[in-house]
Formats: sequence, structure tokens, C-alpha cells
Amino acid sequence: MGKRSVVPFGPQHPVLPEPIHIDLVLEDEKVIEAIPSIGYIHRGLEKLIEKRDFNDYLYVIERICGICSYMHGMGYCEALERIFDVEIPDRAKYLRTIWCEMSRIHSHLLWLGLLADAFGFEALFYQCWRMREKVLDMFEASTGGRVIFSVNKIGGVLKDMDKDMLASFVKEFDAMEDEIRKLCDVFLTDYTVESRLRKVGILTKEDAIATGAVGPMMRASGIEIDTRKTGYAAYSNIDFKIITSNDCDSYARCEVRIKELFQSFDIIRQAVAQIPDGELSIAVKGNPDGEAFMRVEQPRGEAIYYVKANGTKNLDRARVRTPTFTNLTPLVKILQGCDYADVPILILTIDPCVSCTER
Amino acid sequence: MSGIMKFSRFAIKNLFSKPATREYPYVKKEYKERYRGRVAIDIDDCLFCGLCSRKCPSGAITVDRNERTWKIDRMGCVQCANCVEGCPKKCLHMENVYTEPDVTKVEDVFKGKPVEKKAEAPAEDISGKLPKADLDSCVFCGLCAKNCPAEAIAVDRPNKAWTLTEDMCQHCGVCSEKCPKKCISFV
Amino acid sequence: MREEYELTVIDSSELSGYALKMKRDNARLVQICAVSVPGGYELSYSFAKGYEFINYRIVIDEDTRIASIGDIYPSAVFYENEMKELFGVKVDSMYLDYNNKLYRIEQETPFKK
Repeated sequence: MGKRSVVPFGPQHPVLPEPIHIDLVLEDEKVIEAIPSIGYIHRGLEKLIEKRDFNDYLYVIERICGICSYMHGMGYCEALERIFDVEIPDRAKYLRTIWCEMSRIHSHLLWLGLLADAFGFEALFYQCWRMREKVLDMFEASTGGRVIFSVNKIGGVLKDMDKDMLASFVKEFDAMEDEIRKLCDVFLTDYTVESRLRKVGILTKEDAIATGAVGPMMRASGIEIDTRKTGYAAYSNIDFKIITSNDCDSYARCEVRIKELFQSFDIIRQAVAQIPDGELSIAVKGNPDGEAFMRVEQPRGEAIYYVKANGTKNLDRARVRTPTFTNLTPLVKILQGCDYADVPILILTIDPCVSCTER
Repeated sequence: MSGIMKFSRFAIKNLFSKPATREYPYVKKEYKERYRGRVAIDIDDCLFCGLCSRKCPSGAITVDRNERTWKIDRMGCVQCANCVEGCPKKCLHMENVYTEPDVTKVEDVFKGKPVEKKAEAPAEDISGKLPKADLDSCVFCGLCAKNCPAEAIAVDRPNKAWTLTEDMCQHCGVCSEKCPKKCISFV
Repeated sequence: MREEYELTVIDSSELSGYALKMKRDNARLVQICAVSVPGGYELSYSFAKGYEFINYRIVIDEDTRIASIGDIYPSAVFYENEMKELFGVKVDSMYLDYNNKLYRIEQETPFKK
């Protein structure tokens, strides 16, 4: 038995965009145990619901995180729409679907860039983020925000995308798809990339269920579950196949995310072809009373929104369970027994979003 | 192409293509029409009802009804446009330009024109007062209910009923301004 | 289309039993959510079996101690630390106790009403 030592990892570390701290118990170069600790950016946003009108709180919940912002707002709206028992107009559902998928594209491109950066392939990182910039420009044109979109409201959406805009987006996505395909070819076949990702950080199917992994993390372990299939927004009218992989390693998680990128392009094309004309929102009157759970599939996995209302304009509780919070346990699992040098990459493969985790 | 050379075509292409970035100080970015840069106000149309300041998630707006001023803490504003959505007079809108970065916190103050003193009706102070419809002259058109920013008024035309949910009233005076029969007074 | 889900109110002593049953059914733990209600707490344990979304609710008063389900579902321990720190729910025998240092907050149990 080698000598044991504890190495603190983070909260400030070049590979981490956000602060998370992990105590690594090492035996020589192997990690024996990892204990994560969070709490550097806890802002108590869930507490703020007691002070804010439930309509205005939407803008607070959107600001939990800069990458999953749109879906946070949408999940909260859908939960409240369930309490009010209103059905939003079809056009609004499709617009939400399109914005959701655009969020997924920009989030996955961001992640691919960070991954490339983590294993030291900086030129690849620049290329990914150059693509992502185009998606952000599309967000700017359609919603008015590059990061925080603020286009949801309880009962629908606030802004429309007309035919010309949708057609121009589809055209741009077509061009992007070609380029991204070439780029992803590097991720999937490059020797350096493969040698860093293959057979690293194995999370078996059984472990994935036991530790509660969600999203691409779970699907890369061969579990075919995608919350989009529960049919929120317009997903029930869209035909897509859940992407899984049976390799269970870091490479599989990268592959699943890359394939999801192309799937998102496809979903956007389907949604644009199907989108009906009509109203953008319906009026929702009065104050909510009751409780509701809502789950949506964020780029990082399933997120749960729980809203409990008491008939006044302030809700009793608005809770967000974000994908990274539940992906911490699988992270601990895959860190056990890995090489010390692989730790940064393994932390990145869960696509950590610490702002979401701590709220 | 062998796996190890996959990226080289990107590298070669990049050598001969234009930069993806802008030469910033010389080439300025053109913002899209919808871009939420900062909040602007048509101060002459403003009622000083204060609904924007109550709706603001970050508390950046201060409205003083008596002084007739509308203040915004530019560094506190989060550009959510909730105030724009909620404004009953639609006198707020988003401009697609940024507030310039600064070393001190910028606060913009807009001052409304003083109320013209009309001989017959001096500007009434309605803060804290509740609207009341004179049901004899009311035609139950529902314009007050439609324009009420807080949805505090309900008009039932068939039953000739006008109801106010008192705790929802924001004392903004929009209902009386919109009333075609001028039958709403504040008590 | 709106997803349907079940919500069953159970007694706090039955919790481990239900968690074990879920574990045997190969369900995953989705979340644990605490809500402060007058005089106590409402805890919702959500599980998912495939697409089936199953919720168990226990209502306890402030002094009731509940048992950790961390040895059944390892991910539960983060939720349990969260409700211990933010709400003051008394959780016994957690395998990883952050001693109210999960979120590093100054105020004690800020979410408790």
C-alpha cells in the first residue's frame, strides 16, 4: 500500500469555470476517495420567492445560471401553468421548443470547447466557441438577449419569430451543421482526444441508476431516458430518437453530446416546418393555489421544478433541482480509482454548472 | 486522413481566412433591433404610478410621485424588460444600446413636466386612495378593467356590476384616466 | 401533453421501507424537497422508474428526526445536508455530514418559517 495524501482540488482551478472544491484522497497517483464541497456561490435565490410577486420571480429564476437560463424560466412557467390549469397556444409551445434546442446547441458547444481546453487542445476550443457565437447572435436577434432571454411569461411567450427569421435561422443552422460535423470529427477520431477519453471514468449502467445520474451522463451509460419524451412544450409532436451509448466512459459522454447537437438541429427543422400561426400567449388571471412538479430536460440533464402556492401573489416555495446537483454523486463514483491526471477531465464530463447547483 | 492530422485542415484554412473576431475599437458591433440594451422612458407620458418600480426584480427603479421624478440605477438594472411589459401607459421601452461602462454607479434621473394647474381640477393626490365608480353614469364598458395594470377591477356588463379587489389596487389612476364617462373618482 | 405523476402521503417511519422498495424496483432517486409549513416540514421524495414519476410525501413536525436514506441511495446525502442546513430538518445517520457547511451560509436555517 502506498502512502496516502489529501490533495485539495479547486475552488480555483484552470479547468473550472466555476468554484467547486473537491478533496482528493490519493494513494500514489490513484484517487481513492473524493469528497466534493460546494457553497462558494450560494445566493439564496429560492428564498427570494417570499419577497417577490410570482410573475416577477420568473426573471429571478432565469438568472440562476447563464447557460440553462431559458429552460429555468420555462420550467417554472410550465409548473405554474399546471397549477393554473391553462393550455398555452400551440405557437408558443413550438417557439419554446425552438429556443430550448438552441440553448442545447449553445450549451453543448460550450462544453465541447471547455473539454478541448481541459485536455490542452486550445485551437479546438476556439473553433467550438466560434460556432457558439453564431447561436448567441441568433438569440440576440430573436429574444433581445445573448445570455438571459427573458421571453417567457406565465401563459406563453413574449416575442415572436416570423417566417423570415425562422427561415434564416434554419439556413444558418444548415451551414453550421456542416462545419460542426467536421469539427466533431476531430473529437471523435483524433488520436490525442481518444487517448485522453477512452476507457476513462467508467460509470456502469447499475451505478448510473444507483447514484442518480441524469442527462448525457446517464445516457452514455446505456440508459434510454430523456425527459423530453414526457412531452412538455411541443416535444410530443416531434419525432426524435433518444441517443445512448453503451461504452460508459468519457468518450461515450462526449459522443452522446455531439450526437445530441445534430439531433437538436433536426428538432429545430421539424419545429420550424410544423409551427402553426396563432396567438403567443393567453391571459392568466388571479393568483395560483396548489402545488406542482415539473421536469424538463436541460442540456445537462433532467431538472425538477417544484412550486407550492397559497393563493396569494407570493409563493410558499419554488424549488429547482438542477442536473449538476444530482450528478455530483456519479462524479464521486467515477473519481474513485481514477488517475490523478484524469481528474480535471472527469469533472468536466459531468458538465458541471455550479451556479445552478447552489442557486 | 489519419486520425492525428484531423485538425490540420482547420489550421490551414485558418491561415488563409479572415479573422472571426472584430477589430473592436475601429469596427463597432451593430446591435440587433430587439437587443435589450437599456431602459428608456418617454417621461412626458409617464403617470408616475410606480408600477415599474414594484415590478423590478432588482429594485433599480425609484419613482417619486410628488417630485414627479423617475430614477433608474443603471448598474442595478438587469435588462429583463419586466417594467416595459408592465407599464400601463407603454411609455417605457428598451433601446438597443448599452449604458457605457463607468467607474462610478450611474443613476439616471428623469423629471416630468410639472402638472399644469387647471383651474377646475388640481392634480389630485390619489396615493392610498381607492377608485370608486359612479354607477349611475357608468356604462360598464370595461375599459377600466382592461387597462388596470394590477387586474384589480372586474366589470360584469350583463349584471351591471363593478367590483374592485382592494388589496390588488396599485393606486395608479389609470382607470379614471381611461374612463370614457369620467365616472371614476378616488375616495 | 402534460406528464402525470403520483403523490402518496406516507408516515415518516415508513420512509426507509419505501426507499428500499424503490431501489429493488430499479428506480432512481430524482430529488428530495423540503417545504417549511407551520409547525413543521413537508418532505417530498421523488423517484423515477423509467418515465414513471413517483412522489412520496412525509409531513413531520419540527422535532421529529428522520432517518437518512443515504445508504440506500448515495445521492440522497446531498439533499439531506441541504434540508438540514437550510430548513433545520433533523436527519440521523448520514454517511457524509457537512455539519452545516454545505452552502457556507452565515445565517442558521434561513428557509425555516
